[in-house]
This record gives sequence, C-alpha cells and structure tokens, in this order.
Amino acid sequence: MSARAQAATAARSEPAALAADPILTVEHLTMRFGGLLAIDDLSFSAERGQITAVIGPNGAGKTTVFNCLTGFYKPTEGMITMRHADGASFLLERMDDFRIARSARVARTFQNIRLFPGMTVLENLLVAQHNTLMRASGYTLAGIFGLAVYRKAERKAVERARYWLDKTGLLERADDPASDLPYGAQRRLEIIRAMCSQPLLLCLDEPAAGLNPAESDELNRLLRDIRDHHDTSLLLIEHDMSVVMGISDFIVVLDYGEKISSGSPHFVRNDPKVIAAYLGIDDEDAGTGGAP
Amino acid sequence: MAAGPAPALAAAPAHSLRAGIIDALIAAFIALAIAAPIIGLRTVSLEGGLALTTRWGAVAIAVAVVFAGRLALTLLWWPRHKPARRDSAGRRLLARARDSGLAERAMLLLAPALLIFAIALPATPFADRYVLDIGILVLTYIMLGWGLNIVVGLAGLLDLGYVAFYAVGAYSYALLATHFGLSFWICLPLAGFLAAMWGLILGFPVLRLRGDYLAIVTLAFGEIIRIVLLNWYDLTNGPDGISRIPRPSFFGLEFDRGEGGFAAFFGIGYSSDHRIVFLYYLILALALLTNFVTLRLRRLPVGRAWEALREDEIACRSLGINTTATKLTAFATGAMFGGFAGSFFATRQGFISPESFVFLESALVLAIVVLGGLGSQIGVVIAALVMIGGFELFREFEQYRMLVFGFAIVLIMVWRPRGIIASRTPSIFLKERKSIGAESVGEGRG
Repeated sequence: MSARAQAATAARSEPAALAADPILTVEHLTMRFGGLLAIDDLSFSAERGQITAVIGPNGAGKTTVFNCLTGFYKPTEGMITMRHADGASFLLERMDDFRIARSARVARTFQNIRLFPGMTVLENLLVAQHNTLMRASGYTLAGIFGLAVYRKAERKAVERARYWLDKTGLLERADDPASDLPYGAQRRLEIIRAMCSQPLLLCLDEPAAGLNPAESDELNRLLRDIRDHHDTSLLLIEHDMSVVMGISDFIVVLDYGEKISSGSPHFVRNDPKVIAAYLGIDDEDAGTGGAP
Repeated sequence: MAAGPAPALAAAPAHSLRAGIIDALIAAFIALAIAAPIIGLRTVSLEGGLALTTRWGAVAIAVAVVFAGRLALTLLWWPRHKPARRDSAGRRLLARARDSGLAERAMLLLAPALLIFAIALPATPFADRYVLDIGILVLTYIMLGWGLNIVVGLAGLLDLGYVAFYAVGAYSYALLATHFGLSFWICLPLAGFLAAMWGLILGFPVLRLRGDYLAIVTLAFGEIIRIVLLNWYDLTNGPDGISRIPRPSFFGLEFDRGEGGFAAFFGIGYSSDHRIVFLYYLILALALLTNFVTLRLRRLPVGRAWEALREDEIACRSLGINTTATKLTAFATGAMFGGFAGSFFATRQGFISPESFVFLESALVLAIVVLGGLGSQIGVVIAALVMIGGFELFREFEQYRMLVFGFAIVLIMVWRPRGIIASRTPSIFLKERKSIGAESVGEGRG
C-alpha cells in the first residue's frame, strides 16, 4: 500500500496508470445530456481488492459516473472495462444494466435507498440471489414440482442471507418488512442485499449519507470486512470525509465532470486543487497553494 | 380508541342546533337537486311515444327524509362520536379489528371453510340447478380473478384487456373442437398455450410502457381481439358466433341419454344435473389448480421477482433481474389461466360469440382483484362471491340492482381502500411469519 501511495505522490497527475491489477478501467468517459456536459473525458481505474472512492462537490458528476458504470445511462463516449480475476473482461458501456449485474458481476446501491419495502428483509436478500436460484429451480420447472435440487439451493440462499444478517446485526429483523427498519438499518440492508448477489465489484452511492457517527463507524467496519474477507472490490461515492479518508485506498476527485486529482487519501488531502474545489479550506489558504 | 376530544364540541347546544339545521338544510337542498330529476320525473310509454309524469310528492318525501335524518344524525349521533367526520365508523371498526387480531385468526379458518363448502355444495339439499349455475359462474370469475391477480396483484402491471385472453381460450377450444373434433382435454392445454402466446405477443411491444400507458394499450388490445373476432367472418363466424361446441366428457363418457352415456355406464338414472355437477367440479378443479400454481410460484424465484418488480423495478435491474423477461412470464402465466377459463366457458355454454368478451368483463375481473386486495388469493374469492353472488342476490331489487350493487362497491372501497384483504403474507420466513400491512406494500406502476 505504502509503495503505491508513494508512486501516486510522485506521479501526481496520472497515478492511475500505475495500477497493477485493475478490476475496473474507465477510459475517456464522456456523458452529455443535451447541452450539459456532465462528465468530461474522465479516466481512472480501480484496483482489485481495494476500496476506491470517487469524491467531489455537489453536481460534480459522481452519480452520473455510477449510472454509466452500471448501465443505467449509456455514455456518450468512452470505454469501461471490467476485468475478472480469471481473465474474462466485459465492456460495460455496451451491456444492459441487468447483464452488468448478472454477468460482469457489478452490484450497486442507490443514493436514495431502493429496497423492496413491502417484502421482508429476508425476501429482499433472496431476490438478490435471483439468478442463482432461477438456475437451481430449472427456470421454475423444477421448482414448481418441488424438486430437492431447488429446496437445497433455497436453503443455501437462506444461509447466505443469514450470514450477512448476522454480520450486520439484522438477524432479529429478518421477518419484518424492509420499510419498518430504521434508516441506518435500511442502508446496511441495501449493502448486504447487493453483497448477496455475490458481486466482484460493489458500487456504493453515498453509503454514509444520513448516518450518525456510530452508524458511520459501523459502516466502515462492514466495508473493510467486505474488502478483506470477501472477493469483492469496492467503489464508493462519498460526501462524508471521515468515511472516505478512513477507509479508501485510492481516491478520485471530480469537479464539474472533470478529474482534478487522484491518489492516496494523504495525497488528495494535501492537493491544493482539491482543497480549493472541495474540502472548504479558507480562500487565502487555497490561494497560497496555487489556485486553479 | 375513542381519542377524540368530545366535550369541547358538545358544550354549546344552542349553537350546534342552529348549525345542525343549516347543515341539514344544505343536505336537503342537495337531495332536492338529485331527487328532482331522478325521482320527480318518470317516463311512461304511451302509444306513439314516451311521456313524462311528475311525482313531486315522492320528491318532497325524499327531501324531508334527508333533512330529518341529517338533523337527527347531527344532534343525536355525531356529538357522542366526535370527531365524526375524521374518525368514520368504518375506520373505527377497522382499527378495532386490527387491534384484536380477530380478522387474522378468522382468515386462517376462512380458506379451509370455503374450500369444504365449495366441495360439498353439490351434495347439499338446496343445491338445485340454479345454485349450481351460480356456483359455476362464481368459480369462473374466481379463476379469472386469480389469473389476473398474477399480473396485477403480484407483478403490479395494470392490465385492462384481460378478457382478450379469455376470448382467445374460448375461441381456441371452439374452433379446434368444431373443425378438428379434438376433445376438451386435448384442447384445454392448447387453449392455455395459445392464450399464453398471445400474452407474449402483447407483452413484447408494451412492456416498455408503464402505468397508465400500459393500461391504455392493454385496453386497446382487448378491444382489438373482440373486433377481429367480430369481423373475421370466415374463421369466427362473426357476430353469429360459434354454436354446437362439444361438451366435455367424463373420461370418454358423454353426458347423454342412451348407451355408453355416463348414466348408463354407472347404472344410474339419467339426469341433466349430472353434467352441471361435473362442470361444477371441473371449474372447481381448474380454479384450485390456478390457486395452487400461483401459491407455488410465489415461493419460487420467479414469483419473488414479480413482487420485487412491483416494489421497485430499478432495484430489480441493479440486482441482475431481467425485468422484461420477468414481466413477460407474468403476462404469459396470467394469460394461460385466462385461456383455461375461456375454454371452460366455451364448453359450458356450447355457444360463444364476441358479445361475451366485452370490456365490461375485463373491468369486472379487475374490480374483483382490486376489491379483494391486490395480491390476495382469499380476497379474490370473497370479492367474487360478493360481486357475482351478490349481483344474483340483488335480483329482487330489479331496476335498483345496479344502484345497490354500485353502492356496495363504494362502501367496501371506503371501508377498506386497499381491498378486503390488504395485508401481504411473506413468501418465506426465518422464525415467524408476520403479515405485512398494506401501507408498506407497493401497488406497482407498471
């Protein structure tokens, strides 16, 4: 980690090029809505097994980047490559959103939580394992006759759900409707629902928004645990600096749709351009640091 | 329960009397405006045309009843139950039922009780031909309601053209049976298959639409099918319909007099009721099959995906669910059961024409599903009993039948805005199955 951080500090402008084993590479991504240029020629990559953060002020285009990555928008220009450890690679800009989740195994959460409110917590986690269970149920045919194959697969799916519920302290609420959970628990549920789809890359859109400090710490522990003990890399958009600086291995800073800086948390925190654009240090401080 | 601040309002009797009279006068005026044309004017047919007679006496009585009734309510009933307009009697009843959990326990017994009743009905002494005919009619609508429930209740796709699949099923059986002499038991799955195909054909172009737009296109589809049936004279015999559709046989035994018939084979006297009882059990079995398959599907990934689709389509896509395919399966499955019901309809009637497949039928089935509570199987049964059975019960009201019937529907919707059975039962549980209140469950936007 430290070697990479030093490399980033040395290279300053283009540290992403040094990524050794990128799981996700974004090249020249441009997204235009009519006359509005939401993302302008953005390139970065996310390292396998790390937590990469995309930060930037409001309206910088962070969520648009996510929507392009996960297929909800089709980018105007650019190439997004997802590389699996086994060598398979996927060009995400050409795939449908549900195929990105199913085949390229990129899962995401939403800025305004999107659960299935009228279904129980457990049902939410089982819907996330839809494709696995669908195969096990022989595309419904085996399932409708109640074959043992399907029952076994369902038991396994419930086990996986139970594992994540236990980890996030939601086991007691498993049979309650998702809408009955408090806000923080809904955030956690959305993350573990995404994890139940067994993604290789998990994209989190402002996971700490609206959380109190205790919940925020708990979230950090969960995200670190996912990085360290599961085969999942993380990409997150965040406003909350304590989350970003505390857990990110690599940070990309956006402003007005352009990348203004990238590197280790330490590097980004001290980059005068970032300070000027985002971190809200006094004007004269930014000025002495060489305003853009 | 009675949390309303009653004393403050009851404190000023003089003021409330005056206010009550003014209120009653307003009500009486509204009654006058409504009653004058409806009750006051009456058409009588004379030789050479219609003439109007007036009944101002009856209008005066109606207005007086409204005035007195409203005044009595204001003075005697509402003060004790303030705040009357906010906390309606229905809502209080509902809250009481919810608190005691009585409704839930009653529900658990209701389904088996209804099932036993349905199986035993033909054996009961009061089961004459008329009762069985109504039973068959109610069961047909229950089956249609269950079929549509998959599309509207589970997947949240508003389908106003469900009768199209009913028509496809009916005509499939009628044409296959009359032209190729295929038996009912071969035609039944074929009719379901063809209806499902039509479900897919309709589904492909319209599934990018949502909510109201989807409803309009399905409505149009229902009409297109009917108009094609009406005008494709060579195939469907147009408005004359198809007659002499073969009746179903009991494992090859026809229900007729003479050698080799059902009665002769079993050595019992011939009775025309045998066929009716057989048809009754046939539609009961088909309806139960629909119910069984739906309940099974709900516990399978495809059923959970339908419900997830109703709750949040974007979240579904983010989890790798192919929403187009999922919607198509819902459409096709619903259509298949509509097709089964259609071919039963054809074999029961022996004659079908496009007249039987008008939009009103779609609306009626949808009303059953909505009134019963979206997604609730037992709700559909209760609603079908109320709507179809109730409609027959009101026969003695003659011309007021529609009025009473419409009023009953309005009352149910005021009492339970999300349908009779508004709660949702989870498809799987870890420790305990808790039903989910209607306020959490999504209605689907297509």
